Amino acid sequence: MSKTLLEMRGITKTFPGVKALDNVNLKVREGEIHALVGENGAGKSTLMKVLSGVYPAGSYEGEIHFDGQVRHFSTISDSEHLGIIIIHQELALVPLLSIAENIFLGNEVATKGVIDWKQTFRRTQELLDKVGLKDSPGTLITDIGVGKQQLVEIAKALSKKVRLLILDEPTASLNEKDSDALLKLLMEFRTQGMTSIIISHKLNEIKKVADQITILRDGGTVETLDCHNEDISEDRIIKGMVGREMEDRYPAREPDIGETLLEVKNWNVFHQHHRDRQFLHDVSFTVRAGEVVGIAGLMGAGRTETAMSLFGRSWGHKITGDVSMRGKPVDVSTIPKAIDAGLAYVTEDRKHLGLVLINNIMHNTTLSNLNGVSSNMVINDRQEVKVASDYRSKLRIRSHSIYQETVNLSGGNQQKVVLSKWLFTNPEVLILDEPTRGIDVGAKFEIYSIINQLAAEGKGILMISSEMPELLGTCDRIYVMNEGRIVAELSKAEASQESIMRAIMRSGEKH
Amino acid sequence: MSTDTVTQRTQPSVGEYLKKNIREYGLLVALVVIMIFFQILTNGVLFRPVNITNLVLQNSFIVIMALGMLLIIVAGHIDLSVGSIVAFTGAMSAIMLVKWGLPAVVVVPLAILMGAIMGAAQGYWVAYQKIPSFIVTLAGMLVFRGMTYVVLSGRPVGPFPKEFQVLSTGFVPDFLSITDPSTSLIKNYVALVAVLLLVGYAFYAGLRERRLNAANETENEPFGFFAVQMAIIGIVAIFIGFQLSTYRGLPNVLIIMGLLIALYTFVTTRTTVGRRIYAMGGNEKAAKLSGINTERLTFYTFVNMGALAALAGMIIAARLNSATPKAGVGFELDVIAACFIGGASASGGVGKITGAVIGAFIMGVMNNGMSIMGIGIDYQQLIKGLVLLAAVFFDVYNKNKG
Repeated sequence: MSKTLLEMRGITKTFPGVKALDNVNLKVREGEIHALVGENGAGKSTLMKVLSGVYPAGSYEGEIHFDGQVRHFSTISDSEHLGIIIIHQELALVPLLSIAENIFLGNEVATKGVIDWKQTFRRTQELLDKVGLKDSPGTLITDIGVGKQQLVEIAKALSKKVRLLILDEPTASLNEKDSDALLKLLMEFRTQGMTSIIISHKLNEIKKVADQITILRDGGTVETLDCHNEDISEDRIIKGMVGREMEDRYPAREPDIGETLLEVKNWNVFHQHHRDRQFLHDVSFTVRAGEVVGIAGLMGAGRTETAMSLFGRSWGHKITGDVSMRGKPVDVSTIPKAIDAGLAYVTEDRKHLGLVLINNIMHNTTLSNLNGVSSNMVINDRQEVKVASDYRSKLRIRSHSIYQETVNLSGGNQQKVVLSKWLFTNPEVLILDEPTRGIDVGAKFEIYSIINQLAAEGKGILMISSEMPELLGTCDRIYVMNEGRIVAELSKAEASQESIMRAIMRSGEKH
Repeated sequence: MSTDTVTQRTQPSVGEYLKKNIREYGLLVALVVIMIFFQILTNGVLFRPVNITNLVLQNSFIVIMALGMLLIIVAGHIDLSVGSIVAFTGAMSAIMLVKWGLPAVVVVPLAILMGAIMGAAQGYWVAYQKIPSFIVTLAGMLVFRGMTYVVLSGRPVGPFPKEFQVLSTGFVPDFLSITDPSTSLIKNYVALVAVLLLVGYAFYAGLRERRLNAANETENEPFGFFAVQMAIIGIVAIFIGFQLSTYRGLPNVLIIMGLLIALYTFVTTRTTVGRRIYAMGGNEKAAKLSGINTERLTFYTFVNMGALAALAGMIIAARLNSATPKAGVGFELDVIAACFIGGASASGGVGKITGAVIGAFIMGVMNNGMSIMGIGIDYQQLIKGLVLLAAVFFDVYNKNKG
């Protein structure tokens, strides 16, 4: 067995009033892929911040052994110097600089401050070859997709003589193809002897690549599983994360489907920026009362664009098509009109598009329906408090009060605030775009339960998700989208991961 | 863990509360400290009745414009053109009054409309064409200044009829006349009585609010704070009211300013429009997707700013009794500084009317105090600049620590 590269012993980190880490142990062997899993707030990020020196030595208890020696990192550059490199979930690339400039940012190939561009480009090319990126080093970051940007980050790490590569949710915003490519790359690096730590919520991916899995829960180490000694199932990992067996990841529901609520016919939309490119072609679908309808598809298939163009023309231009609600044509040309028509759109990007993070729970809850708590434009404070408190308890938003700023909430609770906001507009059809992205297992279950509850109340739900098991577990009917078209409609009985993928692939061949 | 409890809210402890609201109390304390500081350094001149009256007259227009600027800054924008709008609307009202002979009752609303149109002209580019407000209003600043020179042909216009001058130099007449003004210490009872009534009402309203909050489990500040704050504000207000009443009473401008402060405080804290501006400044995209017409809201924020700048322009012209092409030069900076000293955030979404008003008075007291002490304009600028930096640093420091 290879030797231990990193050992973190008895790490305890306290913030005022909260013990974020409590006697955490982590042992990473040289040349392995070590997965770190746990619910949001379990302490994964804090642990990595301790390791990288964001929290300097002395601000926590415990010891860090790296390469056989006790280390005290007081800044990030201390840990980087030893080859410990973190790639954060939110990528730290400058959009308007080139790949080469980004890779060597702060670490330029220069003599006396004058950059040697020839050398920079040559070395960038070498690094890009290593990570299998075919774009030229001069390409601007803004012109390449998130998947490629992730590769640039890895190339940047490689440029620094990395010994231990830490990836925080590397595949969270990637489609399946890019995710697969990234994971393959990691496995390739492993054969070359590189050690990596991967933090992820996607258990199927972890199962695929990890040699060992360390599970954190509530700031403590639960256990470390060795994937080579036993066959570790996803349920086994979940059990460790939540502390109990999750018999069913998707709460059961008896669908009671009524009349057609939303009907969209021949929805054609041109691209927001490339204005002569048609992006959506004759998209038609229906959502009925009490029904949960899914839209499956790869990233870029046009799912979010369908939702946003429908919701007050928030995306695209030259939009044509018919929308009706309960059989009557409705005007959804602006967001207020779409809301009046009974639509609500829960965005996939809750931090940038869903919440006003610096405002509190109450203000976010009532934002879309201020008229519901005011008369003659004057807000009735008491009514507003009551509305916010009701939703807080109904959706079980964990917070110390409705006055807590939403920036301080966990992902799951933030999502519940966004849901509260839209529920308060009393919509007939809710469009949920990736409603459980970046949310831990326990909170996901709660979100599914809320969805079921809404369906039971007779609302129509249109759910966009990149996680196929989630769609299969919650939806009554699934539309499959590819390249701006609806390519299949599958009933619950017909739908499976295979049938969805088959529909996507087959439609791809046709064009 | 505390974040996991879904219990009812308990009253915050005094320390906790102070920490959370240090900015607001800090600002009030800073104003009081600065007042006392200059009161001592000027050997008591600062709080003399004449000087307090001057202080009000000199700062009224900054305060009035700060009300509009706060909304602009909260919305995530900036307006550099207010000084030039002041000059142009002042010039136009002078021309209408003096050259065209229109009565003041017609001129005042016309000039305010003109300011609103100037604001609209800029708001259009910012809101609908998405040009950064810094650039649009920089252009506006140049254009409106140039227009002022054109309409005035480079020469001042004045003097104005009495009925227009009272806008800024008039006082509320002493209709109470309890004692004979020629013998009594108190020359004008209106000021004193008005202030006493206001303080009494503020205390009553504050108590009522607390009672209602308590009944609804809404957050209340600790009673000690409420009492001390009320006492400080009350004592200062009554003192100022008393001083004013021993001179000529309540300046008309103070009434206008007071009403506007009350109106804008109400709009920002209690109405849907106010709430939407804060949401838009905090996250424009999220606000838009929540059904807020962000373009229209931005547009009207600029219209409002233009109207307030026009009012300020007339007050300044009336005070100087002439409109000059150089009126209002550099005022935009004082107004913006007042908002930032008052705790507004340059990135939008944060800021309070009370903060901007106190910020304006901090600047005003410093201007006035330093002038009385005979400190040159050069050092005054230097000191004001440092105070602005210190105030904003205090904000950033607090945020990072918390």
